[in-house]
Amino acid sequence: MSTRGRILTYAALVIGALITLFPYYWLSVMASNTTADIYAAPPKLVYGGQLFHNIGEVFSKIDFFGSLLNTMVVAVVTTLAVLFFDSLAAFTFAKYTFPGSKALFGILLATFVVPTQLAAIPQFSLMAHFGWVGSLKALIVPAAANAFGIFWMRQYAAGALPDELLEAARIDGCGFFRTYLNVALPVLRPALAFLGIFTFVNAWNDFLWPLVVLIDSHHITLQLALAQLNGLYVTDYSVVMAGTLVAVVPLVIVFLLGARHFIRNIASGALKG
Amino acid sequence: MTAIPGVDAPPARPAPPSPSDAARRRRRWRHLPQYAAISPFFVLFAVFGLYPVLYSLYLALQRWDGVGPKKFVGLENFRYLLTDGQFWDSIGNTLLIWVMSTVPMTVLALLIALGLNSSIRFKGALRIAYFMPNVTSIVAMSLVFGSIFSGEFGILNWFLGLFGLGHVPWLADPWAIRSAIAIMIVWRWTGYNAIIFLTGLQALPTDVYEAARIDGAGPVQTFFRITLPLLRPVLLFSLVMSAIGGLQTFTESQVLLGDRGGPGAAGMTMVLYFYGTAFADNDFGYGAAIAWGIFVVVVLFAILNWRLVQRPDRGQVTTEEGGR
Repeated sequence: MSTRGRILTYAALVIGALITLFPYYWLSVMASNTTADIYAAPPKLVYGGQLFHNIGEVFSKIDFFGSLLNTMVVAVVTTLAVLFFDSLAAFTFAKYTFPGSKALFGILLATFVVPTQLAAIPQFSLMAHFGWVGSLKALIVPAAANAFGIFWMRQYAAGALPDELLEAARIDGCGFFRTYLNVALPVLRPALAFLGIFTFVNAWNDFLWPLVVLIDSHHITLQLALAQLNGLYVTDYSVVMAGTLVAVVPLVIVFLLGARHFIRNIASGALKG
Repeated sequence: MTAIPGVDAPPARPAPPSPSDAARRRRRWRHLPQYAAISPFFVLFAVFGLYPVLYSLYLALQRWDGVGPKKFVGLENFRYLLTDGQFWDSIGNTLLIWVMSTVPMTVLALLIALGLNSSIRFKGALRIAYFMPNVTSIVAMSLVFGSIFSGEFGILNWFLGLFGLGHVPWLADPWAIRSAIAIMIVWRWTGYNAIIFLTGLQALPTDVYEAARIDGAGPVQTFFRITLPLLRPVLLFSLVMSAIGGLQTFTESQVLLGDRGGPGAAGMTMVLYFYGTAFADNDFGYGAAIAWGIFVVVVLFAILNWRLVQRPDRGQVTTEEGGR
């Protein structure tokens, strides 16, 4: 490529990236200014000194730490459960044939097409029946294993786990579960890292189902707290933005920690399917 | 078998019953660990997926507020659904928003992918920047965009004003509302698709390009004649994924505009209509019918997609394996 072409490409990509990142910048600017500054014309485009004051307001108006804790519990427990159940099932589907294994995997794939909202109302009455409405169990248990993760990880395991390795483990006297634990899991580590971040992010950001099932409850998640904050304090926009900022930051950090790896996997996983 | 079939071959000996039975039982139990290993998903799906879906079919035939007794109404809900203007409007809105977001998103993502595929530095950082919106909370960013799009005080209108462009009522005019939602979807998904396309680009065979270069093809010609056809499976994947996601559009609308889809209900998507009917109005029976209506739309869309995948245009490079 010519030097000029390279510079133009580079400039276009950087401008595109800056536009993409602008909402984050704007969020932090709004969170650090007063509401009057936000609504000023022309708007204040740089950081103000109100950030900690605004965050303090958030903490005094909603149970921020409570909802943060709830979200952490849901995201962490869901992720651990998904990693365990999905990898175990994926390992089994990838490396064992048993009566009905093909058909069961087919059924698993077929569940992809079942739209989640079709199940939402009966799920809600099911949760009411279990007495789980307003409880975090209602978020964790149904999400503890999923078809996507099993499918994705099966593709990975089929390629990453040579039969000889499993044969060697068998000769060494490893049973099925030991083989999974000592042989398969270490090999599946990269796939687990990806599925882990993916699950964590989704659990953290989930909105529709928590909105339905945690209705009128003291156990709300961060996303619901944000929506609530927005509903209650529309006049105090800088406080809403401070809350939003504090809710966004942990996830951005989690993402940045594993970004390279995560991005590589999301593409290869997508295209293998 | 050593016995030769012949005159005095002994009659087929019935297998001794007990060892064979034991063997069969052993064989049956042998796979128990495997069945146990895959069972959690199937149990959860049966309880929280299959059963609710079947039950929602039953619910769709009832009138029910979620608390009181159910009243059987037969196909009444479905009959009403077919004539429900709001439902049809919500399908229209969803499809409009899908088209308005998918077209610019795909073009932008392709351009970004081509840029990232060239020999430049800081690719890693750029990739992360473009991908970040995809993992950020939709609720949080809908609040931020709500401010950006604000008619009076929004920074977007201020910015447009710098260029003498008019004041767009982003959250009041039907088309502006749909554009605002589409912009949020574009913001969220362009980077994701760019990464997918980039991976597809990197998997393309280099010898085809070499041949094209020798034949004197320019960059534009190479792109339209070689890159795009070879990228077809990847593009189709992205299209299918955006259709699945686009038909489920909910959070952006709900946070930005509330349960009713804003002025003129222009932001009323199918799932938002479902949510509002079932969980805001507590009309569970009709909500279940809407859910089935959405399901039919999704299936029709899936069939359409499938047809698209199944019929490669003639004259194109065969690319079945291109994306692998």
